[in-house]
Amino acid sequence: MERFAKMFERVDQTTGINEKIAAMAEYFRQEPIEEKIWAVLLLRGRIKQTPLTSRALRASFARLSQAPQWLLDECYAHVGDTGETLALLMSSGIMKLGGGTQERSLHQWLTEECPGLRQLDDQSLDDKLLQFWSSTRPEHRFLLNKILTGAFRVGVSDRLVLKALAQSSGESEAVWHQWLLGKSERDFEELKRVFLGQAPRRETLQAVPFCLAAPLDNAFFESEQPESYFAEWKWDGIRAQIIKKADKVWIWSRGEDMITESFPEIAQMAGSWPEDTILDGEMLVWGDDHPKDFHLLQRRLGRSKITSAILKEAPATFVAYDFLHLNGEDLTHLPLELRRRHLERFVGENPRDRLRLSPLISFQSWQELKNLQQTARERGAEGLMLKRKSADYTGGRKRGVWWKFKVEPYTLDAVLLYAQAGSGKRSNLFTDYTFALWRDQELVPFAKAYSGLDNKEIEELDRWIRRNTKEKFGPVRSLNLEQVFEIAFEGIAPSPRHKSGIAVRFPRILRWRKDKKPPDADRLEDAWKLIAAPV
Amino acid sequence: MNLVELTNEGLYCSAGDFYIDPWRPVERALITHGHADHARMGADQYFCTPTCEPILRHRLGQDIRLTAKRYGEKFQLGNAYVSFHPAGHVLGSAQVRIEVGGEVWVISGDYKRSPDPSCEPFEVVPCDVFISEATFALPVYSWPTSASLAREILEWWNSYPEGPSLLFGYAFGKTQRILAELVKLTDRTIYLHGACHELTKIYRASGVELSPTELVSEQTKDFDFSGQLILAPPSAHRSAWMKRFKAPQTAFASGWMQIRGNRRRRGYERGFVMSDHADWQDLISTIQDTGARRIFLTHGSTEVLQRYLNEELRLDARPLLTQFEGEAEA
Repeated sequence: MERFAKMFERVDQTTGINEKIAAMAEYFRQEPIEEKIWAVLLLRGRIKQTPLTSRALRASFARLSQAPQWLLDECYAHVGDTGETLALLMSSGIMKLGGGTQERSLHQWLTEECPGLRQLDDQSLDDKLLQFWSSTRPEHRFLLNKILTGAFRVGVSDRLVLKALAQSSGESEAVWHQWLLGKSERDFEELKRVFLGQAPRRETLQAVPFCLAAPLDNAFFESEQPESYFAEWKWDGIRAQIIKKADKVWIWSRGEDMITESFPEIAQMAGSWPEDTILDGEMLVWGDDHPKDFHLLQRRLGRSKITSAILKEAPATFVAYDFLHLNGEDLTHLPLELRRRHLERFVGENPRDRLRLSPLISFQSWQELKNLQQTARERGAEGLMLKRKSADYTGGRKRGVWWKFKVEPYTLDAVLLYAQAGSGKRSNLFTDYTFALWRDQELVPFAKAYSGLDNKEIEELDRWIRRNTKEKFGPVRSLNLEQVFEIAFEGIAPSPRHKSGIAVRFPRILRWRKDKKPPDADRLEDAWKLIAAPV
Repeated sequence: MNLVELTNEGLYCSAGDFYIDPWRPVERALITHGHADHARMGADQYFCTPTCEPILRHRLGQDIRLTAKRYGEKFQLGNAYVSFHPAGHVLGSAQVRIEVGGEVWVISGDYKRSPDPSCEPFEVVPCDVFISEATFALPVYSWPTSASLAREILEWWNSYPEGPSLLFGYAFGKTQRILAELVKLTDRTIYLHGACHELTKIYRASGVELSPTELVSEQTKDFDFSGQLILAPPSAHRSAWMKRFKAPQTAFASGWMQIRGNRRRRGYERGFVMSDHADWQDLISTIQDTGARRIFLTHGSTEVLQRYLNEELRLDARPLLTQFEGEAEA
């Protein structure tokens, strides 16, 4: 772990992107294969079976340290990161640790020491962890804790890791992306072949790197011609690629998660497709004429088994909009116009109960399109997609290929009710806020938001929160009712699980309304009126 | 009856009719040290230590009415016997000991226990009531020695001959502490932002040995700062002043740098955990060392420290809501 820690330190102690890449590339060039693989999995946050939960690690620490629980809780709330808090507490002498450091490689940690920790009883786990911590140099304990909890988000983006791999190997970033797509420690043997250079350069069972849309800017309508673009509705579903190959079906979400098992009816349908076919599109629950609300889809994710009740209540439909492979032929280099023609023929020839074509919207002028965009909500869409007809399918967010033209979000004015410290980069600043709307004389929490303020506002609000705390419940502070914020969100739906009875999607702060007082804030009825709008 | 009370003007001792570090204009003000949240304008008469005097005059005006009292020198104000004792915070910083009719109160101001070659070392003053700060009152705060930090700073500086090394820290206290540590390791010249200049001169005049310094602003336009160390206050970070340095590496010296998120949020590449306040262990042991029966906590994580003293150490501790700020997070 020594060399991994050195590399991490170099990456962590510079804000320069090139230096971060160089530090990782140097590491990749020098390490044995197993170490490289684990480092990549850790840096990309791709370890599926984490050795321990943060909660278990904290509980064990509490038993070992004999410090009062409330004091430990104050520390977590202040630092905002379990692994870091524990490492700091160990260095402060709150827990007696033995000496005698022992160097272990990442491979040893992850294949010999970590497996089975979850199965241990408290006493054995405590003994084990005490031995781990005692035999690890103080400056490495933070990393060890991160490895133990699998929560390895440490400020290196996926892209930088891919760039470093490319720099250290001579293979391109895109090839690495392809190789690593969806890979976790469960694919260790396969990853070994990749790093030994024995893997085929294109793994067809994997998704093609998704083509992503950039938000539309004002210059677009002046510089671009309407006839160069296709327009489609922008669906609020789960972006996915369906792959049929070797008699198997794979469904990949954009987040590189394999979601085949969440959509058994779609997988079954795709089973009848021709060999080596890849379609790109959106997973939705379709009503009579429009997609239904996103929360129905959410019930599919993160479940081990999709019950027949769910299949019946919320049947999924795949709305296809792009065609990437057909009968083993790679279509991604063709212009969209041609891919679309193939797609239309394909959808026409295959069973259509669970498959739809994302319709093209006909328009003559940008003005006409702008008017249509205003009707997106009524159609259950969140805006428009504009796609250049002549462009090939490129992975990532390459400007000028796909554009998103989203409708204005919903907004409500709400009162700041609770605050909690953030984590990571925002630790020990109050950055997680809960907002409330009026129901009669009572303020009911309706949304949590973490983003939308700039650093100056965050710090100003943080100071205000510290001076205006009414009560503390663990890390959460209830506040004097004074501040009103305009909250924007993309969707709104009834939800019996929430106290307010509604759930909103992607809430964020639009503006700090210093001009308003709590009585000026909106009421819960106002939120219900937004739901009543046709969807 | 409390010897010291909290009033709108600040901490007040009625037996001696004086204030300690008042935040509004008053007649008589005893000043623990020269930082802006403790030393404010407008008092008719100031009392402080001899090494604090030039700092106070520099900050509040040369012509203020000021009486300097040596550490340990007892003087009488009204019915109170008063003396200053080293607080180890910055040059001339003092705890104020007040004795009235056999009862002793100590107001610590800001203090630290870590060795610091730029100021007088902290002295434990036994008392009945101790008024303490609590800036870093969480067990995650535990300071490395400043000698080891100085080696790290030197290493960081030496590791980058290609460009300038910009180290940010308070212009008063932190800057001089770094200079006093570095002079033990190297005789190289260190460059200063203008804001650090006057106080560095005052420290030197008081006999504190510091690295040789020059002002950034006095170098010629084409001066190459590659491989040089520059000290500047945090307010200069990402300011127009920084533009004159090409591809600098940056670091911040502060107790807040103990937490990774703090450093990353502020965009510093390196953080050196160096504070002029006591860490958790030192707060606790200092409070215990004084033997005080009652403790008041003025600023910082007062609630945490209060609860710990109450529940774990069975001490009578309460908050005292002053306007002191401790180590600003800037």
